[in-house]
Amino acid sequence: MRKYSVFAVAREAMRGHKGWEAQWTSPEPRKEYDVIIVGGGGHGLGAAYYLAKEHGITNIAVIEKGWLGGGNTGRNTTIIRSNYLYDESMDIYEHSLKLWEGLSQDLNYNVMYSPRGVMMLSHNVHDKQSFQRHVHANRLYGIDNEWLTPQQAKEFVPVLDISASARYPINGAALQRRGGTARHDAVAWGYARAASDRGVHVIQNCEVKGIRRGPDGAVTGVETSKGFIGAKKVAVSASGHNSVILSMADVKLPLHSVPLQALVSEPMKPIFPCVVMSNSVHAYISQSDKGELVIGAGTDQYNSYSQTGGLQIITHTLDAICELFPMFRRVKMMRQWGGITDNTPDRSAIQGVTPVKNLFVNCGWGTGGFKATPGSAHLFAHLIAKGEPHRLAAGLTLDRFRTGRLIDEAAAAAVAH
Amino acid sequence: MLLIYCPYCEEERSELEFRHGGDAHVARPTNMADISDEEFQEFFFLRDNPKGLIFERWRHIHGCGRFFNAARDTVSDKFYRSYKAGEPKPDIPGVTTATEKTVETYEATEGTAK
Repeated sequence: MRKYSVFAVAREAMRGHKGWEAQWTSPEPRKEYDVIIVGGGGHGLGAAYYLAKEHGITNIAVIEKGWLGGGNTGRNTTIIRSNYLYDESMDIYEHSLKLWEGLSQDLNYNVMYSPRGVMMLSHNVHDKQSFQRHVHANRLYGIDNEWLTPQQAKEFVPVLDISASARYPINGAALQRRGGTARHDAVAWGYARAASDRGVHVIQNCEVKGIRRGPDGAVTGVETSKGFIGAKKVAVSASGHNSVILSMADVKLPLHSVPLQALVSEPMKPIFPCVVMSNSVHAYISQSDKGELVIGAGTDQYNSYSQTGGLQIITHTLDAICELFPMFRRVKMMRQWGGITDNTPDRSAIQGVTPVKNLFVNCGWGTGGFKATPGSAHLFAHLIAKGEPHRLAAGLTLDRFRTGRLIDEAAAAAVAH
Repeated sequence: MLLIYCPYCEEERSELEFRHGGDAHVARPTNMADISDEEFQEFFFLRDNPKGLIFERWRHIHGCGRFFNAARDTVSDKFYRSYKAGEPKPDIPGVTTATEKTVETYEATEGTAK
């Protein structure tokens, strides 16, 4: 792999850009691998990369039904933050945020991590109490998060309407300055390139159609559209389709898959300095480096794999955006899409062993998986290599729905997050 | 937005009038205090989450207020049919093969209530 650098850019500029090589190879599958990872999104590709880098396992295939990052990795609103309430959540999201900070250097790939700040608006007494509790919990845990008055929030985001006559008056905000955004495609591509460089096979357009098990019940490989591929371990990280894949091994999961929508506006000059979220009126908004406003809408209420979602969900969010930022009322929306999120009852992820030997699962990231990508991938690699969870992911086991030790971020945030 | 047929009101109404109620035909154990943790997990948390045919509950919350069940495809979001609470899982021609045994739940009595 030729390293990307300013010298590489200069060299290629002199040669008419003829020397750039493919970022990853697309080999035919081997007969057997040590590890097969199902799902070529950020979490799966990242797990392959960390397995190769930190655990010395390179005989790995990442199998993807479509193209890399074509699922939720390329469909989210790229928000990164770690201001969660419970220890288990703070552990994993803060671990992830720390990895985001050095990810471009680590991968030699610009993932455009931009710590521009994530502001969560408070509109009523309940919000204020809840967010201040989050602020205190985060600070006690060593995570930055601060409380802003409406005036301070307005100074940070000048286009915010904090007037008393606003339909959704603002009585404060919580700000995590290290939070921000990153370029989602680059995360998938960067991990794929770095993993491929270490010998990992990235196999696209290959659908997993079955999971084969031996007489002892342990996994022996996967049936795919390119034939049977053997594996000592199979790790599933297929976001909305985790239930579908795991049902092939007769494992039922506490998941329901629902569409989550996002949309972008026409590009504009820089106007919006950070990420603003309002849980109460459901509005998430930031501005991409291209200048588009990136807006996250809510989930549909019913199970679906349709990757579309209802129009009323979008209009609900846009109503709120137009009230909070009246100047955006005349902005045109250019594109809208949906991704299928797999949600757990407590809205916290599951990462752990399954009842089937040598079958691992990373699922339930719901509507907030992008921010967790490096941390989740790093800890998932540890799980696959060692067969038991890393200390930081010890609470995220599938077993918690039997023991009752839930991590109820749903109640903590009062919304899906 | 979905158009949903309420079998009690006997008309198709907008999704805005309805609240999704999770999987249909989940039988609540009658001996809740005696069952094991595994059985409780199965009843309370674990779901098929199918890609394709799903049987689900809906409540016509801004209409008649009643629960009913529906069979729907989770890829196309097309409703095959909706039916009153307490009725058995319907056969969907070309999709299901044989009717599974009716699961009696509290909905069975709710279905006949006036």
